[in-house]
Amino acid sequence: MTFIPKPKVRHPSLPRNALGLTRRDYEGVLSTLCAGCGHDSITAALTEAIWGLSLEPQNIAKLSGIGCSSKTTAYFVSGAHGFNSVHGRMPSIAMGASAANRNLAYVGVSGDGDTLSIGLGQFCHAIRRNLNMLYVIENNGVYGLTKGQFSASADIGSRAKKGEENQQPPIDPVLLAMSLGASFVARSFSGDKAQLVPLLQAGLRHRGFALIDVLSPCVTFNDHEGSTKSYAYTREHYEPAVNADFVPFEREIVADYAEGETHPVVMHDGSRILLRKFAKDYDPTDRVAASGYIQERLRQGEYLTGLLYIDETQREFHEVNGTPDAPLNGLHLPALSPGSMGLEKILSRYR
Amino acid sequence: MPAVPAQDRVNDFVIKIATVNGTGSASANTLLMKAIFRSGIPVMGKNYFPSNIQGLPTWYEIRVTKDAHVARSGRVDIMVAMNAETYGKDAREVATGGYLIYDSTWPRPALFTREDITVIGVPLAKLCNENFNGVRTRILMKNICYAGVLAALLDLDLAKMRELLAETYAKKPKLVESNMQAIQLGYDYAKAHFACPLPLHCAPLDQTAGHILIDGNTAAGLGAMFAGATVGAWYPITPSTSLMDAYKSFCDKWRVDPQTGRKNFAFIQAEDELAAIGIVLGASWNGARSFTATSGPGISLMSEFFGLAYYAEIPAVIFDVQRVGPSTGMPTRTQQCDLMICAYASHGDTKHVCLYPANPEECFYFAIAAFDLAERLQTPVMVLSDLDIGMNDWMCRDLKWDDAWQPDRGKVLPLEEIVKLEKFYRYLDKDDDGIPYRTLPGVHPKAAYFTRGSGHTQYGAYTEDATDYQIVVDRLVRKFHTARGLVPKPVIEMAGTRTDVGIIAAGSSDGAVREALDVLRGMGVHANYLRVRGFPFNDEVDRFLAEQRLVFVIEQNRDAQLRSLLTLETPVEKSKLRSLLHYSGMPISSSFIVKGVLAEVAPKPLRAVSPGQFP
Repeated sequence: MTFIPKPKVRHPSLPRNALGLTRRDYEGVLSTLCAGCGHDSITAALTEAIWGLSLEPQNIAKLSGIGCSSKTTAYFVSGAHGFNSVHGRMPSIAMGASAANRNLAYVGVSGDGDTLSIGLGQFCHAIRRNLNMLYVIENNGVYGLTKGQFSASADIGSRAKKGEENQQPPIDPVLLAMSLGASFVARSFSGDKAQLVPLLQAGLRHRGFALIDVLSPCVTFNDHEGSTKSYAYTREHYEPAVNADFVPFEREIVADYAEGETHPVVMHDGSRILLRKFAKDYDPTDRVAASGYIQERLRQGEYLTGLLYIDETQREFHEVNGTPDAPLNGLHLPALSPGSMGLEKILSRYR
Repeated sequence: MPAVPAQDRVNDFVIKIATVNGTGSASANTLLMKAIFRSGIPVMGKNYFPSNIQGLPTWYEIRVTKDAHVARSGRVDIMVAMNAETYGKDAREVATGGYLIYDSTWPRPALFTREDITVIGVPLAKLCNENFNGVRTRILMKNICYAGVLAALLDLDLAKMRELLAETYAKKPKLVESNMQAIQLGYDYAKAHFACPLPLHCAPLDQTAGHILIDGNTAAGLGAMFAGATVGAWYPITPSTSLMDAYKSFCDKWRVDPQTGRKNFAFIQAEDELAAIGIVLGASWNGARSFTATSGPGISLMSEFFGLAYYAEIPAVIFDVQRVGPSTGMPTRTQQCDLMICAYASHGDTKHVCLYPANPEECFYFAIAAFDLAERLQTPVMVLSDLDIGMNDWMCRDLKWDDAWQPDRGKVLPLEEIVKLEKFYRYLDKDDDGIPYRTLPGVHPKAAYFTRGSGHTQYGAYTEDATDYQIVVDRLVRKFHTARGLVPKPVIEMAGTRTDVGIIAAGSSDGAVREALDVLRGMGVHANYLRVRGFPFNDEVDRFLAEQRLVFVIEQNRDAQLRSLLTLETPVEKSKLRSLLHYSGMPISSSFIVKGVLAEVAPKPLRAVSPGQFP
C-alpha cells in the first residue's frame, strides 16, 4: 500500500463534470492493496467512468463480497453507500438492494475466487434474473489474502509462485455468462484504461446485468514467469476484438471511424455506444457466433477483449417482476395495507 | 361383532381419518371440519401427512371440543379406516367404546378382532363404482362419500356441507353436484343401515362466532402484508412454503395497482437459502421491509448471513416453521427443535431476537411485531412457528386491525437531519440504548457509510484495534439488553390457589398445557403457568422462575432446548427445572403433560380418576 495520503485540496482548474464535481469528489479512502496491484487501476478506471457519467454519488451503491477485490469498494466514491458482505454472496445482496430501490446504480466488485468458486451459484442466478447492475470481476487467477492458492480461473499449466503447476481447467466467466444468456459481456485488462473506462460506462448504462471480466494481475502472488495472469503474459496475449466508445445521449458523435468498422448500439436511455471492431467478422450481437469465436481464441491462448456481447432488448428483473417505477422502499402504508375493511373481507374466507 | 355401549359425549370426541395421500381426502376432511365449525361447535384439526406426493399413509384428526381445547387429547373415538395398509394399527388406536368405520366393499372380519369397539362397514367403493365413472373420480368420490357417512352418524347438517362446497367450487358448479351426490350416497346408506346419530355426535352450539379457522402460515403471510413488507425472498422448503404462497396470493389481490397493473412488492424465489437471506439483507439495508420463510435446514444455511446482519446491524425478519430434525429429519412432522440454533445462529458471539407464537392468531400479530422490532433494533428477528401451527387449521379469534397503526421504522435519519450533521457516523450509541442511527442509500452523500462484517469502529471504519472492536461488540450487548424490554411479554396464568409448582412452555405447546392444567386442577394438582413469547427473556421470566420451587419446562424437542436457554440466560438454579420432552413428531398432547406432571407431583385425593382417561 501507499502510505502517503493525498491532501484533500482541490485545484480550481480541475475539470468538473455536469454536476460541477471533480474527479476528487469521486474518490474513496486510501487503498491498502499492494503497490502496483491491478485492482487499484480498476478502481481508478471506475472513478473516472462514474465521474464521466456525472452520476450523483448518493445514487450509487457499491457492493462486494470478500477478498482483495472486494475491499476496493471502499476506495472509490466515498459519497456512496458501500456494502462489503460475505464471501461469494454479493449478488444476493445486490438483488435485494435492487428490489428495494430500482433507481440506484449498483456497482458490484468481485474477484475470481469470490465469483467463480464460492459464489458461482449466486453469480449464475444474478445473470438469470438479468439483475440491473455492473458486475466487475477483478480476475487475477489467485487467492491473495490467503497467500497464493490457485483460483478457479487459473489456466492449465500456469505456475504458482512456488512452482506448482495448475492441473485443472479454468472456469471462464465470459463464456459462462454467454452460455447463461447474459445481456452484456465484456473483458478487459486493468492496464488498458482507454479500453476499460468506456466499457465501465457502457456497463453502468446498460439496463440489465453487465459483466466485465477484468484481467488484473496480482503483483505479489501471480506476476512471475510461468503465470498466465502476469502483466507481461496478459499484455502479450490480450487481443482487443471490439472496443466500445461510450457516447452520452446529450453529446454528438464526432469521432471519425472507417465505414464498416463501427457499429452504434443505442442504450435504453438514449445514449449510444460505438463498437469499434478489430476482428472484422466478429459480431457482438450474435451470441452463438461470438461464443464460438471467444472459445476458439481462448484455445489458442488469446484473451479476446472489449465488449464481446450486448443485447439491449432483454428484460431486466423489475420489468419481469412488474414493479412500479418508484422504488418499493419509498411506498407508504396506504399503498401496502388493505386496512381493517380489507382484513374483514379477507377473513370471510376463513369462517 | 358385539357392540359395546359408547360413552355419551356430545360435541366432545375425536375422529381420526386414515387415508392414502394424493386421493383427495384433504378436501373431505376440511369439509367435515368446517361443517362442524359452522355449526357453532369448536373444533381442532390436525393433518399428519407424509413427505410424498402420492401413495403413502396419511391421517387427519378432528377433535370436536365443546370446551374449545386446541390440542390433541391423545385419544381416538372414531376411526375412519380408509387405508388397507394401516388397518391393523388404526384399529388398535381406537379407545374402548369407540367406533371403527371401514370400506366393507372388501370385508375384512379377520382384521377386526376387538370386542370393545363397534365396527361400522360401509361399501364405499361399491357405492361410488355404481354411481361414478372414471378411476380417478371413483377414488376421489369414495373419500367424499365417507364425509356423508359421518354426516349421518354425527348428525351434521347437509345444507351446511352443500353451502361449503358451493363456496369451494364457486367456479365449477358441476363439482358441487357430483360431490353432493357422493355425500348423499354415504349419508343415505348410513341412515338405512345404522342407528343414527351415534351417541357420540354433534349438536349445534353458538361458540364459534367471532372466530376463524386459519393456519399459521396463512396468518403470518397476511401479517407480513399488513406490516408493509415489500420484498419477500425464499427457497421452497416444507413446512414453510405455504407462508410465502399466502403472502404472494394476498399481495396479488391487494398490492397490484388497479390502473397500471404494477406490483407493490417483489417476490423472489431464490436459488437457495443463502441467497434468500442475502436478498432480504440487501433489501432491508436499502430501506424495504423484507423477510424470508424457511425451516431448520434453511436456518443452518442462512447462519453465516445472520452473523453479518447481527454485526453490521441490518434488520431482517425470518419465519422459521420448525420441523423434525436433525438433518433432513422428518419434513412433515412437527417439533420445537430450532430454539437453540435460532437464539445463537452464526459463528462468533451472536445472539438473536426470537418470537414464539403459540397459534395462528399470534403468527399474525407477531409477524407485524417482528418487522417493527427488526427495524427498531436493527437486527434479525426470528419468528419460530412450527409445522403444527403453520400447516394446520386452528380455531382463532378474529384478527383485528387498527387503522391508526403506523410501522416503527426505527432510527433512520431523514434528509433534513442528515444535512444538519457535520459528519455521519454509523455505530455511535447516542441515545444510551445500544441502538445506533442508520441512513439509507440514495438520500445524501453525507449519509454514506460502509457496511461490513469485518471489524469496525463505532465510526464505521475498518479496524483491527482491540479497543475499537470491543466498543462496538459491548454496545451490541447493551442493545440486546434493550431488546428484553421490547419483545412480547410472557403470558402468566397463576393457579389461583397457593402452589410453588410452575410450568413453562413456549409456542404450540400452549393448548396442551392449558388443557392439562384444567385436568390436573380437577385432581387437586395446581401449577402456575408462564408461556415464554420472546427472547431475550424479559424480567417477568426471571421473576416467575424465582418464585417457584419446582418448574416443569415443557417442550417439543429431545435436548431440552428451552430449558437450556433458561439456564443460560436467567439466574435460575438448574435443579429447579424438570423437563417434559415430547419429540415424536406428533403435536404434544394434554395427556402426555398430565402424566408427566403426576409422575413428580402427587395428586390430592379429591375425586377418582378413571384409569382409561389417559392412555
